[in-house]
Amino acid sequence: MKSLQVTNQQTILTESIPVLPYHDFFANVTALAASESVHCVSYFGYYLTDEMHLICCLADDNDGTVHLLSWKCAKQNVSVPSLTEKNPAFYIFEREIHENFGINFVGHPWLKPVRYAWNRADIGKTIANYPFFRIDSEELHEVGVGPIHAGIIEPGHFRFICSGERILHLEIQLGYQHRGIEQLFLTKSKINQRIALAESIAGDTACGHASAFSFLWESLCGYTASDSTILQRSVAMELERIAIHTGDLAAICTDVAYQLGNSVLGRLRTPMVNFFQEWCGNRLAKGFIRPFGSFYALTPELKQRLKSIFEAYEPDYNEIWNRMKTLPSLLSRLEKTGILKHEKVVEIGTVGISARMAGLNRDIRSSHPYGLFNETKHRAILKNHGDVYSRTQLRNEEIIQSIGYLKEWIENDPEIMPFEQSELKPKANSFTISMTEGWRGEICHCAVTDKDGNLLVYKIKDPSMHNWLALALAVRNNEISDFPIINKSFNLSYCGFDL
Amino acid sequence: MNVLLIIIIALLFPGLINITRSLLSGRKGPGLLQPLKDMIRLFRKGSVYSNTTGFIFRIAPTISFAAIISASLVLPIGPWKALISFDGDFVFFIYMLGLGRFMSIVAAMDTGSSFEGMGASREAHYGMLAEPAFLILFGSLVLFTGHYSFADIFTTMRNGTGFAYGIGFMAAFLIFLFTLVETSRLPVDDPRTHLELTMVHEVMILDNSGFDLGLILLSNALKFAVFGTVIADFFLFEASAWVAIAIFVGIQAVIAVLVAFVESFMARFRMTHNPQFILSLTSLAFLIFVGILLFLEK
Repeated sequence: MKSLQVTNQQTILTESIPVLPYHDFFANVTALAASESVHCVSYFGYYLTDEMHLICCLADDNDGTVHLLSWKCAKQNVSVPSLTEKNPAFYIFEREIHENFGINFVGHPWLKPVRYAWNRADIGKTIANYPFFRIDSEELHEVGVGPIHAGIIEPGHFRFICSGERILHLEIQLGYQHRGIEQLFLTKSKINQRIALAESIAGDTACGHASAFSFLWESLCGYTASDSTILQRSVAMELERIAIHTGDLAAICTDVAYQLGNSVLGRLRTPMVNFFQEWCGNRLAKGFIRPFGSFYALTPELKQRLKSIFEAYEPDYNEIWNRMKTLPSLLSRLEKTGILKHEKVVEIGTVGISARMAGLNRDIRSSHPYGLFNETKHRAILKNHGDVYSRTQLRNEEIIQSIGYLKEWIENDPEIMPFEQSELKPKANSFTISMTEGWRGEICHCAVTDKDGNLLVYKIKDPSMHNWLALALAVRNNEISDFPIINKSFNLSYCGFDL
Repeated sequence: MNVLLIIIIALLFPGLINITRSLLSGRKGPGLLQPLKDMIRLFRKGSVYSNTTGFIFRIAPTISFAAIISASLVLPIGPWKALISFDGDFVFFIYMLGLGRFMSIVAAMDTGSSFEGMGASREAHYGMLAEPAFLILFGSLVLFTGHYSFADIFTTMRNGTGFAYGIGFMAAFLIFLFTLVETSRLPVDDPRTHLELTMVHEVMILDNSGFDLGLILLSNALKFAVFGTVIADFFLFEASAWVAIAIFVGIQAVIAVLVAFVESFMARFRMTHNPQFILSLTSLAFLIFVGILLFLEK
C-alpha cells in the first residue's frame, strides 16, 4: 500500500504524504476502503501556487491509524473517474470537491451542490435553482417542508415525494447557514478568534469541536497538554454527551406526544448544562476549552458538586427510563420505525450514533483514542436493529456509560497548572489530523501549514456530513407523520454541515 | 339555558385540561381562564388571508361555528328541555357536526397547501370511520327505548332498569372515546407537538388567523362541551335545578381530567393505527346493539 500511516493528532511534514498519479491513488483508496473497518474521514483539496493538492484521509479502526494519500492536478479542467462508483461513501466528499474546485468526477451519480460555498467554482449555481429530483406522476405528490420550520430548529429544506401517507423519497437541501467558517480560520489569525470559531461550528457540540481544534493546534505547535487540561477536556466532552443525549430523549418523547417523558427528561438535562454554567460561566460551554490549557480547571469543589448532581440525576433518570421502555404506546411508535440496515450504513459510511445503531462499530474513543481514553479503554455500545428505538436505547446506554467514566475520572487528581497563553507558533510545511468523538459522532479537523507556519487550509468535517443521507434513506417507506420522530432520533446538525 | 351552560363549560374546560396536564408533569400551568383570554385576544384582531384562498376559506369558520351552535340546540340538560326537539334529532345533531367538519375540510383544501391537504384527507378519513359508531349507538338506543329524540331517549334511559344504566355507562364510555377522536385529542391527534406532518386538525387551520382562528378555537371547545353534555345526559336523573347543574358540571370536569390523564401518560398512536382504533368504536357500538337485541329478545 502506498500510503502514509499516522496516528490521531500526529503532526507530519506535508511532503511526506505520498503524492500518487490519479489511477494509482484511485486503486489504493478503493483497495483500502473495501474493508468495513476502513472509512474516509476527510477528503479535501487546496490550491498550491500553480496546481491543486488533494488529500484523502482513511481511518483504520483496527490498528488506530489514519492512511494518508494524495494526488495533484492542474487548477482547471480536470476530469477523473469517480471513487463513488466503487464506494458510495465518497459521494459527499466528491460533491464537495466538485462544488468548490470544479473537478469533474466521471461516473458520480449526481454532482449536486453541497452548501453553495461563497468561493465555489461555479458562482452561477444558486440555492434558488437547486436541482431537485422530479417526478411526473398523477398519483404521487410532493410535500415541501422548510427552510423555515414550525419548531425552533435550524433552516433546511426537505422535499418529500409521497404516495398518500407513505414516503417514497426524501431530498434534503442544506446550505442556508453557510458562514464560510473554513475560510474564516485562515483570515482570523488570533488563536482566540480561531477557538471561538471552532466552538461555533456546531453550537450543540461546542466541546467536541473545541477539543478537536485544541488537540490539533497543540500538536501542530509541538506542545503537550497538561494532565489537568486533558482531564478538563475529557470531562467536558462526556458531560456534553450526557446533556445532549438527555435532551434528545426528551425531544423524542415530545415528538410522540409523551408528555411525562418530555417534562422529566427536560428537567434532568438542566442540571447538566447548569453545571457548565457553574464551571465556566456558559451553559453551552463556550469560552471554556482553549489550546494550551484553560482558565477553568476541575477543582475539588466542582468534583464534589458533580458527584451530587449525578446522585440526584441517576434515580430519576432510571425511573423514567424504566417507565419508557415498558410503555406500549411509546414502544409502538419507536420500534420498527425508520429502519436502516447494517449493509446500508456500511455502504453510505455513516459515523457515530447513526453507525452504532445498526451494528457498525465506529467510535473514535475506542478506535483512535484521545485524551483520557488513552488510559480508559472504551468499548463502543452497539445496537443491531437500526430503528428509532435502537437510537433511543443507544442514547440511554451511552448516558449511563459516560456517567460511569466521569465518576471514575473525577477521582483522578492531577496538579492544576496556571493557564498561560503560549507563544508557540505552528510548525512550517506540516499536516495534522485531529479526531474526537462528539456526541453525534466522529469530528475530524485537518490543517496544512505553509513554509512560514501560516494555515494554508483548515478542513472541518462534522459527523452530519456523512449522516444526512442516512436520514433520507431511513424515512423511505415510512409514514410521513413519522418523519419528525425519525429526524429527531438522528438529530443531525445543519450548521455543522453548512459550515 | 342549555346553550348558555354549554358555552360556559366550553370556555372553562380547555383551561382545566391544561391545568391538570401541567400539574401531572410537575409544572404550574396557565390559569383556568387562559384559553378564554386567548380567544378574546384573537377576536380583537383582524384576519389575514392569503392570495390563493377564495371565499370558502373566509366563510368556513363562521359556518363551522354556527353548525356546532345549532347542534347544541337539540341537547336537553336534565330538567331543561332542548330548545328544539323532534323525532330523529340525533341525526340532525351528528350531521350538523358533519357540516362543520365538511366546511373545515374544504377550507383547508382551498388554501392549496400540501400540509393542509394532508390534514384534510386525514380528517375526512377519520370522520368517515367515526360516524357509524355514533349512529349505531343511537340507533340501538332508539330500539331500546322506542323513542326517536334525544329528550325522550334520555328520559327513558334514566327511568329505566339496571340494564338501562349498564347500557348508559357503556354508551358514555363510547362517547368519551368518540370525543377524543372528534375533538382531535390524544391518542388520535396531538395538536401540541406542532409538527406540520403529524397533526390532523391543527394542520388544517395553519392559514387561519385573528378572528377566524378565535372562532375555530371556540368551535373546538364547544364541540368538547357538546359531547360532554351528551355523556352527562346519561347520568342526569330527575333532580332540582341546582343539583342538576352540579352533576352536569361535575361530569364535565371528570371528562376534562380524564382527557388530561390520557394525554399525560401515553404517547400518540401511529397514524396507521388510528383507523383501527376508530373502527373499534363501531364494534363497541355493535356490542351495545347486540346486547339490546338480546335483552329485548328480538
